[in-house]
Amino acid sequence: MPLRTLNPFVSSSPSSTTTEVLSEKEAIRIESREIRDPNKAKFRPRFTIPFSGSPKTAVRPSSEPTGRLEPPSQIPASFRPPSPQIPTLSLPTINLTTATGEKSKMEELSKPLTLFAPPSPAEAKRIAKAHAAFGPLGSKQHLYSSRFVGSEFPEPIADEPPYFYLITTYISYLILIIFGHVRDFFGKRFKQESYKYLQERDGYAPLNSDFDNFYIRRLQLRINDCFRRPVTGVPGRFITLLDRESDDFNLSFKLKGTTTETLNMSSYNYLGFAQSEGECADDAEKSIKKYGISFCSPRGDIGTSDLHVQVEQQVAEFVGKEAATIHSMGFVTNATTFTALVGKGCLMISDQLNHSSIRYGARLSGAVIDMFKHNDMADLERLLRERISQGQPRTHRPWRKILVAVEGLYSMEGTMVNLPGLVALKKKYKFALYVDEAHSIGALGPRGRGVCDYFGISTSEIDILMGTFTKSFGANGGYVAGPKAFIDKVRVTNAGTIFGETPTPAVLTQISTSLRIINGEICPGQGEERLQRLAFNSRYLRLGLKRLGFIVYGHDDSPIIPLLLYHPAKIPAFSHEMLKRKIAVVVVGYPATPLISSRARFCVSAAHTKDDLDRMLSACDQAGDILQLKFSSGIAGGQEPLHDGLTNEGVNEVRSCLEAGGDPGMEPPRWKLEDVLKRGVQDVKKPLC
Amino acid sequence: MATDEREHFSHTSNEFSGILDNATAIVPAQTNNYSTMADSALNSTSYLAAAQSSELPSTALHYLDVAFSYIQMIPGSAIIIRYIKTSHQNDPVRTVIELFLFIFAVRYLLAPTYSTKKTKNVPLSQEEIEDLVEDWTPEPLVSDVTDFERIENERRPVIVGPVGPKVKLQSGRTVTNLASYNHYNFANNPDLTQKAINTVRTYGVGPCSPPGFYGTQDVHMRSEADIASHIGMPAVIIYAQSFSTISSVIPAFMKRGDIIVADKAVNYPIRKGMQLSRSQVRWYEHNDMEDLERVLQKLVKEGQGKPLTRRFIVTEGLFETTGDAVDLPRIVELKMKYKFRILLDETWSYGVLGRTGRGVTEHQNVDPTNVDMIIGGLAGALASGGGFCASTEEIVEHQRLSAASYTFSAALPAFLATTASETVNLLQEQPTIIQSLRENIRTMLTQLDPRSDWVRCTSCADNPVMLLVLKDTVVQERGFSVADQEGVFQDCVDEALANGVLITRLKAMPSPLGVSPRELEKEWQPRPALKVCVTNALSKKETEKAGIVIRHAITTIMRGKKWQRQS
Ligand SMILES: Cc1ncc(COP(=O)(O)O)c(C=O)c1O
Repeated sequence: MPLRTLNPFVSSSPSSTTTEVLSEKEAIRIESREIRDPNKAKFRPRFTIPFSGSPKTAVRPSSEPTGRLEPPSQIPASFRPPSPQIPTLSLPTINLTTATGEKSKMEELSKPLTLFAPPSPAEAKRIAKAHAAFGPLGSKQHLYSSRFVGSEFPEPIADEPPYFYLITTYISYLILIIFGHVRDFFGKRFKQESYKYLQERDGYAPLNSDFDNFYIRRLQLRINDCFRRPVTGVPGRFITLLDRESDDFNLSFKLKGTTTETLNMSSYNYLGFAQSEGECADDAEKSIKKYGISFCSPRGDIGTSDLHVQVEQQVAEFVGKEAATIHSMGFVTNATTFTALVGKGCLMISDQLNHSSIRYGARLSGAVIDMFKHNDMADLERLLRERISQGQPRTHRPWRKILVAVEGLYSMEGTMVNLPGLVALKKKYKFALYVDEAHSIGALGPRGRGVCDYFGISTSEIDILMGTFTKSFGANGGYVAGPKAFIDKVRVTNAGTIFGETPTPAVLTQISTSLRIINGEICPGQGEERLQRLAFNSRYLRLGLKRLGFIVYGHDDSPIIPLLLYHPAKIPAFSHEMLKRKIAVVVVGYPATPLISSRARFCVSAAHTKDDLDRMLSACDQAGDILQLKFSSGIAGGQEPLHDGLTNEGVNEVRSCLEAGGDPGMEPPRWKLEDVLKRGVQDVKKPLC
Repeated sequence: MATDEREHFSHTSNEFSGILDNATAIVPAQTNNYSTMADSALNSTSYLAAAQSSELPSTALHYLDVAFSYIQMIPGSAIIIRYIKTSHQNDPVRTVIELFLFIFAVRYLLAPTYSTKKTKNVPLSQEEIEDLVEDWTPEPLVSDVTDFERIENERRPVIVGPVGPKVKLQSGRTVTNLASYNHYNFANNPDLTQKAINTVRTYGVGPCSPPGFYGTQDVHMRSEADIASHIGMPAVIIYAQSFSTISSVIPAFMKRGDIIVADKAVNYPIRKGMQLSRSQVRWYEHNDMEDLERVLQKLVKEGQGKPLTRRFIVTEGLFETTGDAVDLPRIVELKMKYKFRILLDETWSYGVLGRTGRGVTEHQNVDPTNVDMIIGGLAGALASGGGFCASTEEIVEHQRLSAASYTFSAALPAFLATTASETVNLLQEQPTIIQSLRENIRTMLTQLDPRSDWVRCTSCADNPVMLLVLKDTVVQERGFSVADQEGVFQDCVDEALANGVLITRLKAMPSPLGVSPRELEKEWQPRPALKVCVTNALSKKETEKAGIVIRHAITTIMRGKKWQRQS
């Protein structure tokens, strides 16, 4: 495998044999362009760093920096950046900021800006490892803080590809299905052995129905190598894949014994807390030493420790609720909580695209279940009016309770819940509101406190806030937060609390420490940096993709960016193209998405640097050309920027034109990569149209 | 079309079917669209009107003309008009009947587009809806906490520090711990903790992804292989939580129309899994093999002549609610005889029963491959986290795609996966660990079961989780209700704790909201019980001493004033 280097983008040096990453020439080109850009020239030394991995382009500062500062050991203990700010391995001596005069964060804190002694090999290895989990911040420009201002939350404009693509997508599925049936037809006759599991066997009915299994057998199997790729190590900024191959058409895989380090655009590691170094890991280690590995008991018995009490309190404070209770799995948090809330005689209304765990919970509760169109407040209102006025089915008695369950951020769409709309409806229709913040907690809002924070809405407007620790916090488990009376009730009536195993000490400590970092209790500045990097990165990548001409879904501030592929054949093709460029992405198709809108999903992280995203954009640009993926019409943004201030109005014009059923006559955006990269940083802070 | 028409003329007697033919034949001609059909129905009425009433005002006639010309523009309309004209001349009554039937047919065809719900709705005006919305007041989101629940919340012990054989409580007292499933004290084994730390130092804490999307780490694959080879099954899949594993496994295989035969005493997650699966559930009396056979026979008989459905027997290895063990050889025999599959929940027996902790299969000498699926837990005795399902490759692979809590939830943290591997290996390498636990179980049992006037142990002799229920005579004599028994045991727990021994009681299964008490009574509930969890981290002496404390605590409570016979 290639040596773990700082930035595999440029490490396409001899070590990476099979894959062709960006060629050296391109790397240089980007670099020189960066330098030309006056805005970025200021950070030149930083920018050159990531490209210096290959010996030819290594830039070495010509002069020894002046004035040796204190050794690093004298750094005040309070400040610890998310990952060591030592720029690179191959660049042992470098002055970070003095040359540019740019005020960096380190300078503000009167910290040593310069490292003189080249790190020892062991130290260098450690730093490389740390940087593979969490990239160092390139520039203070790469920070942003997003929150929603205004009263009405607009739906993102959904772009559509030309009809040609839609029709050919359907045809592709048709062909796949026909081929599948033909293969089945012959297979069932000539290769009965491999179809045995679908048939009755000595008196036992088959476990899989032939019909249900068709999709898996004939469609998914073809692209099985894009799923469940085994990994090792920290799922941070980079993720190490175990290379595997299949010699039976994806039925089974054999590990080759080699690994590939890829840029990780797939993990829900929004704030970059998936680290094996730094405060979280240090504390997790201490915690295992102190508390052991597990508590071996459900909460209902003796599985409550001082750690649980502390974390519950922290969570409650963080999300802005009176009390909270935690579980060892987010899925089960949802699946068991609804039974404590609603039951017979109650109505539960759920967003059409809600997570499977919410559906599980709803079904277990015994309440009547209804669905409304994804994020469509008008449809919800219609449903509420009908249901409230009609009462319970058959008896027409009034409903005992109505609970509306939504997610804060939808993991396949990248859309945020229309919270202002929901809160307005809630006032009128008096339903209880349950928001699953699995993806939004930590990832949204200027203080990372989820959708309420992002919209500036008081958490008291929402009855129950649920979330998971698997995403932004890099831990495991889930929480439910609400009024104390409610939480007290949940603790005694919820099966997950009574019978389910309690979260383990290391997991609890990870939650506790990451929470304290986010709210600035420890390592002041670090949490803020993470939040702002995530906000910047999310917008930067989204803007870039829009400008390159891709159709992306979701709201602009969402760290989840689905890139639409449409054709079933492009699902594996895109995944392979990205893997060739050493980027790990998630691709999804039917049944996780509607048949037509297969997509790739990128999860942006605070651990990514701008260079990582540039590399991502460049890879998407190439893959987009190869696979013909650039089919946006321009209505969803990516236009040539108007002069300041007009951009917002542009959106409104397009929106009203679309609403009137007209064609806004947009020029499809097809920017050149260079221009995208050049303008990205400055335009990202404006509305992304 | 033309042949159709002629047919109509010849079969005037069979009006209805002829018209239906006609309607279906028209459809393809008219761009296959219901709305055009409806149009043509309207059009033919206007034509009829024009033909019958020639004394209409001229403007109306003009419009009719226009309408007529439009009708003629519809492709195929000429044929219909010709048909109506001729049939009208032959027999005007017939036209009316045909028209009526035609409209009926159209209505009939369009009917499914209306949802059945709407028709049941009471029609309401907007103002009425507005009023109803205003009037509606929901119940409070949660009902008030009952006294019993409040006590439970207040009395829940909070441990400070690790859960070892001795634990420190928040009050500062250190007590003997006989309440956690840490039977081998693996949770605080220095060797294991060091390995867990090493894993955290290479993998971080959480995997941040579901297994399908880059969340499958090499350590998970290794643990799966380790468990598979330990238990003796071809393949294993690891879930991130033990409690919910089976609730996902069941609906992954059992669907509407399938049949599940389950022991009456199965635990809560199994019940929920069966509820989610929408399968037909038949119960048999707890561990009653004759009753099971009766149920199986009946089902086989009922199923004769019908298409074969998937049929399962679902039971537990060691029962969570009663502590006793299943009669696996007999169940396997019945399975073979009646062709049912077995799904065995070994959450409480894996790592505990058998010489090397392989579970009931080892304990009762059954080849594990005779059991179709074995569910196990890693969060109890193995001091790790997560659960697993062991089975054939095929069944395991199916779960990777369709078991909800596997596909839609983040993977197990790496350090728990490595711990599971380590503890499984420890059990295999040092079976003495298990033997020493068994000795402690025996020691404890002699202190409780034969010597107590009040309680008896329902657990199997090798089960480190001892469930003590009140003797039937005691319950009868004192007229205890279920709630009383729970109260008695809560007092016993408190009394034992006051004397330095931490134990718990078996918790009742939470009941769904809004269900009437009458329906609730039908639900099976476990008998209230005290739960004593034995661990080999305590010496024989200490175990004995703790057993005496527990026995005395029970005696004190039973002799006390509070729970005397209510008169
Ligand atoms: C909205 C939502 N809720 C709940 C969950 C489940 O969380 P966990 O992975 O912690 O089980 C997820 C995870 O994918 C999710 O997206």
